[in-house]
Amino acid sequence: MATFKEFRNNVKPNWCPGCGDFSVQAAIQRAAANVGLEPESLAVISGIGCSGRISGYINAYGLHGIHGRALPIAQGVKLANRELTVIASGGDGDGFAIGMGHTVHAIRRNLDITYIVMDNQIYGLTKGQTSPRSAEGFKTKSTPEGSIESTLSPLEIAMSAGATFVAQSFSTDLKQLTLLIEEGLKHKGFSLINVFSPCVTFNKVNTYDWFKENIVNLEQFPDYDPTNRIAAMNKIMETNGMLTGLIYQNKERKSYEDLVVGFQEKGLANQDLTLSPEHFDKLVAEFK
Amino acid sequence: MISQLSWKIGGQQGEGVESTDRIFSTALNRLGYYLYGYRHFSSRIKGGHTNNKIRISTHPIRAISDDLDILVAFDQESIDLNAHELRAGGVVVADAKFNPVLPEGINARLFPVPITSIAEDLGTSLMKNMVASGASWALLGLPLDVFNKAVEEEFGRKGAAIVEKNVEAVKRGADFVLELAGGPIEEFQLDPADGKQKLFMIGNEGIGLGAVAGGCRLMSAYPITPASEIMEYLIKKLPPLGGTVVQTEDEIAAVTMAIGANYAGVRTMTASAGPGLALMMEAIGLAGMTETPLVIVNTQRGGPSTGLPTKQEQSDLNAMVYGTHGEIPKIVIAPASIEDCFYDTIEAFNLAEQYQVPVIIMTDLQLSLGKQSCEALVLDEIAINRGKLVRELPELETHQLFKRYELTEDGVSPRVIPGDKGGLHHVTGVEHDETGRPSENSVNRQKMMDKRLTKLNGMYIRDAVRVDAPHESADILVIGMGSTGGTIDEARTRLEKDGLKTNHITIRQIHPFPTDLVKSYMDNAKKVVILENNATAQLAAQVKLHVGQAEKISSVLKYDGNPFLPSDVYKACKELS
Repeated sequence: MATFKEFRNNVKPNWCPGCGDFSVQAAIQRAAANVGLEPESLAVISGIGCSGRISGYINAYGLHGIHGRALPIAQGVKLANRELTVIASGGDGDGFAIGMGHTVHAIRRNLDITYIVMDNQIYGLTKGQTSPRSAEGFKTKSTPEGSIESTLSPLEIAMSAGATFVAQSFSTDLKQLTLLIEEGLKHKGFSLINVFSPCVTFNKVNTYDWFKENIVNLEQFPDYDPTNRIAAMNKIMETNGMLTGLIYQNKERKSYEDLVVGFQEKGLANQDLTLSPEHFDKLVAEFK
Repeated sequence: MISQLSWKIGGQQGEGVESTDRIFSTALNRLGYYLYGYRHFSSRIKGGHTNNKIRISTHPIRAISDDLDILVAFDQESIDLNAHELRAGGVVVADAKFNPVLPEGINARLFPVPITSIAEDLGTSLMKNMVASGASWALLGLPLDVFNKAVEEEFGRKGAAIVEKNVEAVKRGADFVLELAGGPIEEFQLDPADGKQKLFMIGNEGIGLGAVAGGCRLMSAYPITPASEIMEYLIKKLPPLGGTVVQTEDEIAAVTMAIGANYAGVRTMTASAGPGLALMMEAIGLAGMTETPLVIVNTQRGGPSTGLPTKQEQSDLNAMVYGTHGEIPKIVIAPASIEDCFYDTIEAFNLAEQYQVPVIIMTDLQLSLGKQSCEALVLDEIAINRGKLVRELPELETHQLFKRYELTEDGVSPRVIPGDKGGLHHVTGVEHDETGRPSENSVNRQKMMDKRLTKLNGMYIRDAVRVDAPHESADILVIGMGSTGGTIDEARTRLEKDGLKTNHITIRQIHPFPTDLVKSYMDNAKKVVILENNATAQLAAQVKLHVGQAEKISSVLKYDGNPFLPSDVYKACKELS
């Protein structure tokens, strides 16, 4: 069994010192080892942005695609080989702005992949523009008078789209984050894990200290039942989306792969592609 | 006796035009006639004039005809819109219900048949299609038992009573029209066909069948005219083979999902038309940059924007050749027949894996949707070739990565798929080194660009240019692509009768352009006519760019939404000669 060190490679991330994404990288490596994966059985598919580089910083198969499209690529990988463990990842711009359409539909589709969003409420790689996660009034290079659009709540959207696993964490809480990623990896279906991952360079409002002051850990509510959809929705609204922990999980709904007629346990990529002459003749006969 | 005849049925969309066509043509196919169909329809479900035209022949035909022998009309509008196509002595079978009249100056015979009331007498106006096709069949004097067998197969599942009613509807339609016409019409008596049943399908079905035969097991696509039949076919055929079709939220998801699945080792396709292709462009660049195999079908329709979504056009050529940003290797191939649709799709999957590039199969609406006779298809004619895909690998050292983008002589690197031990590497749309790691090093950049862009040097698909060149030196060389080949050949028969020596080439490999092959035929022609369904002569621009000889070239363009007719080609060539 691989240790978390085997999921490390020798590439130095191009993230700023102090970036929240370092902890997310470490948490993925630990969680992958903890659930018993081998580097070659994991595929990390990422989008574009600072956080999108993460697929290159984990010793596993990795694909760094185009902006906003990590999820459809990741779903393609999983459909092609369901024996793989597939993680999709990227930032809040990637997943909730340009890629929002895919996020909602990936949630609905419920393929067994884990989507980890590094949410820093700003566009970092393009040097500081507003994100759909920015607060109203947030001043950036593209909103010098402050953002006048409402802040998007990915947790509420995920819940309303029929998500079967919704969690949120904070990058400094490596223990919680690692555990949630493990739970996400084990969940049979689509798991969304939104991670507050502060941008130390361009976001001077949503800082580590700011998060520490504003976050509510679900551990504070011992009676909280993450299988209760209405309670989950209420809690998200009560805390204005600032809660961390496992917010909702539906273990009843089958994953997409389990619902596709004729889909086998063995990955398609490992099956024989050839068509028998008898099968071909049958197909041709329909055109006579 | 005659060797070919044209039949058309017209009515409001949704009132049985399609099903009448299907039953009538299925029965004709049983007798071994060659068929070529054309659908005129609108972008709506119910209402609006629609018509289907079929050419019936004792020999292979691949074009719609200039004129019409029999018009079946469910409404007056169908007569008004189509009667001008009728040749002198043609026949109109019209529903007596609307008191049909022939427009002035039309020299045709009108047979009002109570199509609706016969159907209603038998229980439902839905059976109009059976009455109409029965009447058509009777006029041709063809054996009714063959027709009834087709009816049985169409309705057998619904029980004997339904079959019986439909057979009765056919008989009443036939009896009524024969009474009016005094028997089958002598000049519509077709020579017997060879009796060998052909395959009869639309191009999109040929592509779907080719995909299954070519090892495609996944498809991700978004519905669009005229591409949807491919996904509709594959969603029925892939599950028994372990695969599936995913209807995605948009074309960007469709193409990126296909890229993900191809990266992970499964032959996966997507299909769309112009608007969807436009959305896919960035991702096609990703496939080019990451050297991921990818097969995309682009069924061209009238553009730009929503354009003429249900009409014929060939105006996406530039988009397919030049569409992506930056510079990537890409293959664009253009099937020119149903058989091509099948074989080219298998080949496209091979090319995509052998060269690790995106391959676009370009069709046009007429090829994708026109139902045609098709020769027997051979499963093993093109064997599956997965190129440099390696599944068994030695173990890697710590921190060592597999050289997925190894610089090789032919520019193609060994390819591995996730899941396999010893193959770890990185994939990114950022410029990268041999292991896939991002690199902005200028020496590496140039090497990687050259590697990718020289991969296709000297590549020719089978039949890159299809040639019919009987003359060593021709007065006119006609060049076309896609569905226009049959039309060109019919026109050439007439031109040859007039003493013009014509050669014909169909360019099937659009990109990279097969310059040498095209040039050799142009060198031996006094004039070159390039025929295409677009307004800006996009194929001619490719020919001029790559071959030159611009002074010889004339373009014949049609962009009114309709396919070329043989007379269009004939007239254009005559004017030049």
